[in-house]
Amino acid sequence: MYVYDQYDHKIIGERVTQFRRQTERFLAGEIPPEQFLPLRLQNGLYVQRLAPMLRMAVPYGMLNSRQLRKLAHITRFYDKGYCHVTTRQNIQMNWPQLEEVPDILAELAEVEMHAVQTSGNCIRNTTTDQFAGVAPDEVVDPRPYCEIIRQWSTFHPEFAFLPRKFKIAVAGTQSDRAAIYFHDIGLQLIRNPAGDIGFKVIVGGGLGRTPVIGSVIREFLPEEDILTYLEAILRIYNLYGRRDNKFKARIKILVRALGPEDFANKVEEEWQHLRHSASKLPQEEIERAKGFFPDPAYNRSFDDTHVMAQINRLRSDNRDFGNWLSHNVQPHKIPGYRAVTLSLKFTGVPPGDLNDRQLEIIADLADRYSFGEVRTTHNQNMVLADVEAQRLFELWQELRSAGFATPNVGTLTDIICCPGGDFCSLANAKSIPIAEAIQREFDDLDYVYDLGPIELNISGCMNACGHHHVGHIGILGVDKKGEEFYQVQLGGNSTYNAALAEVLGPSFSREDMPQVIRKIINVFVDNRQGEEDFIDTFARIGMNPFKERAYAKAQ
Amino acid sequence: MLKLNNAGEVLPNDWQVLSKDAAFDAEQLAEGKWLVPVKLYNANRAMFDGNTNISVWLDSDDEAAEVADVVDVLPVIGVNFPVFMDGRGFSIGRTIRERYKYSGELRAIGNFMQDQLFYLKRCGFDAFVVTDAANADSMAQSLRDFSDFYQAAVDQPTPLFRRRFSNVT
Repeated sequence: MYVYDQYDHKIIGERVTQFRRQTERFLAGEIPPEQFLPLRLQNGLYVQRLAPMLRMAVPYGMLNSRQLRKLAHITRFYDKGYCHVTTRQNIQMNWPQLEEVPDILAELAEVEMHAVQTSGNCIRNTTTDQFAGVAPDEVVDPRPYCEIIRQWSTFHPEFAFLPRKFKIAVAGTQSDRAAIYFHDIGLQLIRNPAGDIGFKVIVGGGLGRTPVIGSVIREFLPEEDILTYLEAILRIYNLYGRRDNKFKARIKILVRALGPEDFANKVEEEWQHLRHSASKLPQEEIERAKGFFPDPAYNRSFDDTHVMAQINRLRSDNRDFGNWLSHNVQPHKIPGYRAVTLSLKFTGVPPGDLNDRQLEIIADLADRYSFGEVRTTHNQNMVLADVEAQRLFELWQELRSAGFATPNVGTLTDIICCPGGDFCSLANAKSIPIAEAIQREFDDLDYVYDLGPIELNISGCMNACGHHHVGHIGILGVDKKGEEFYQVQLGGNSTYNAALAEVLGPSFSREDMPQVIRKIINVFVDNRQGEEDFIDTFARIGMNPFKERAYAKAQ
Repeated sequence: MLKLNNAGEVLPNDWQVLSKDAAFDAEQLAEGKWLVPVKLYNANRAMFDGNTNISVWLDSDDEAAEVADVVDVLPVIGVNFPVFMDGRGFSIGRTIRERYKYSGELRAIGNFMQDQLFYLKRCGFDAFVVTDAANADSMAQSLRDFSDFYQAAVDQPTPLFRRRFSNVT
C-alpha cells in the first residue's frame, strides 16, 4: 500500500490548514456562500437534506487497519456512529458539524487520509478493481498507476474548475470489475505484442441523466505517456466542454457533439505539445510506484488442492459455510490463498452501511487474516484480499458473528443502492426501503442461488449514483406529482461487454415493487435454458416476455 | 481597482479594460493604458504597432493561439474570468506561458475569487485585479496556501516525481 513521504504529509497537512482558514473566513462572513460552495465540495462536504455529509477519499479502495480504526473513531466522536461505503469506493458520514470538519480532516491526515476532491467539478478519486494485485486474471496491477494518477490530479491547478465532475477508473484484468466504459475516462491496462505495458483509453462514458457507453480513442498508449495524455484530454474538456447547462456539461456530451474521432484528433494535436514535457513518466517513477504494492509475505508452500479438500470437507456438516464459500470467497493468484468479500448487504441495514464497532472488527480481522489491509468495492462491500485458505472456516465463524457473512455476494440480494430520499437532497424517491423490501421478498437463499449471478441496482433519482443503467435489473426512483414511483430497467451490463439497460415500461408504486421483481424473475426462470445467467436469457428472449408478464391484467 | 502581484503586494492598477461591446474610439485609447479585446487588437494590428500603452485581454472563450504572434510585443495580457466557476482561463493562461513562451505580465481580470489565487499563480498569472476593499494580507496568505505541489505547472515545471529522485541521492 502507498506510504506517504515528507512531501505527501506536507501537502495534505497544508490542505487541512487551508480549509480550516476557509471555514473560519466563511463563518466570519468573509467568504460568500456561493464562493464557499466549491471550496467545501472539493473537501468532500455537501449540505444534505438533514445535515452536512462528508465524503472521505479511499484512493482506489485501499485501506489499512490503522485507517479503519481512525474512521471508527471519527464516526463515533464526530458523527452518529456509522458511515456508508459508496459506489466509488469512498466512505461518507451523514451527520458531521461544519465547524468540526477541519478537525476531522486533521485526524484523517494523521493516518494518511483526506477528503480531497471527493466532490465538486474536479478530478475525483480514481477507482479500480477490488481484487487488484490478487486476481488470477490480472494482466497488470492497476494500483501503482492509480497512485500516480492520484498524485497528478491532487490540487491540479488547471483542472479544479472543470465544466463538471470528472471520474477516472482503471482496470488491469481480463474481465472488468471497475466499470471503465462508464467513466469520464476509462483506462484498461494491457500489453502489446512486444510485451510493453500501456493503456487502452476510453472516454465519454457515464451514467446520470444521459447514460453513454464510452468510446475507445486510443488502442494502445505507452505507460510513460499516461499523464501527458490525460492532461491533453482534460485540457480539451476544460476549454470546450459546455458550461451553459450543467446537465450537458460532462465530457460525454462533448465527445458525442464532436464525434469520438474528432475528439480524439483534438486530443492528439494537444498532446503533441505535451508528450515530451517533464510530465512524461520516467521508468524509475513507475518502478517507485510499483514498489509500494509488493506481494505481501505469502507462504509459498501451500498445496491448494490439499488445503481446499480439507476446507470443502466442512461443507457437508455446515450448509451455511458451504454457501458462503461458494459466493463470498473469490480466487487468488497464490495457491492456498483466497480473497474474501464481506457482505455489507444484511437485510434490514442500508446497503453499504457500517457502524463504528464493525469498522474496528474489520480492522482486527484485517490484522489477523489479511496483512492488515482491506479494500472497499464499488458494489458497496469490503474485501479481505489475502486470506490463507486453511483459515477460511475460522474466519467465517468470526464474520458470521460480526454480521458480515451473509452469503449473497453476486446474487440478486447483493443490491447496489444509493442513500436515496432518506438522506440525499437530490433524490426523487427513497431507495433503501426498496432494497430492503426486495431482500425480504427473496429471503430463500437456495432459490436465490439457483438464479445465478444477478446484479440489481437502485438509484433514487436520475443522477444514477446507484448505477441503475448498468444493473441486469435497474430500478430508478421517480417523482410523480409528489408521489414516489419506480421505473424498472432490464439488460444493463457494466463489464467490457458494456450495455445500457432498457426501460420496461410505466413505473410502479413502492408497494408493488417486490411483486414486480418477482414476476421478472419468474419470466427468467420459465425461459431459462439450463444454467443460463439472467443477462444471457434476457439477451436471448428480449424485453417483451418481461413486459407482458409485468403489466398483465389480473385474471 | 488595484493590482495584487504574485508576492501579495498591492500596487496601483494603471491598465483600463476596454469592453468587447465598447465602440472603437481612437481618441479614447490615446489617453492612458488600455487592454483591448484580443480580436480587436489583431484586426487593427498595424494601428497598435509599437504602442506600449495598448495591450490585450482574452475572454474565456478566446483561444490562447490568438496571441501567438504578438507575445513578444505585449507588456500585459489579461485573461478574463466571467464567473469564478468558469475555469477556462486556467488553461488559457498556462498555454500562453508554456506554449507561446510569454514572459510579460499575465493578469487575471474579472470574477475569479481569492481562493483561486494559488491555482492562478501556478498557471502562470503574476498579477490579479482586485477591488479597493480587498484584504491584501488575507490574499497574500491564500497565494501561499501550499508550499509544494505534485504536478508540473508554470511556477514549478518539474513534477514532484522527478524532484523526489534528485533530492534523495
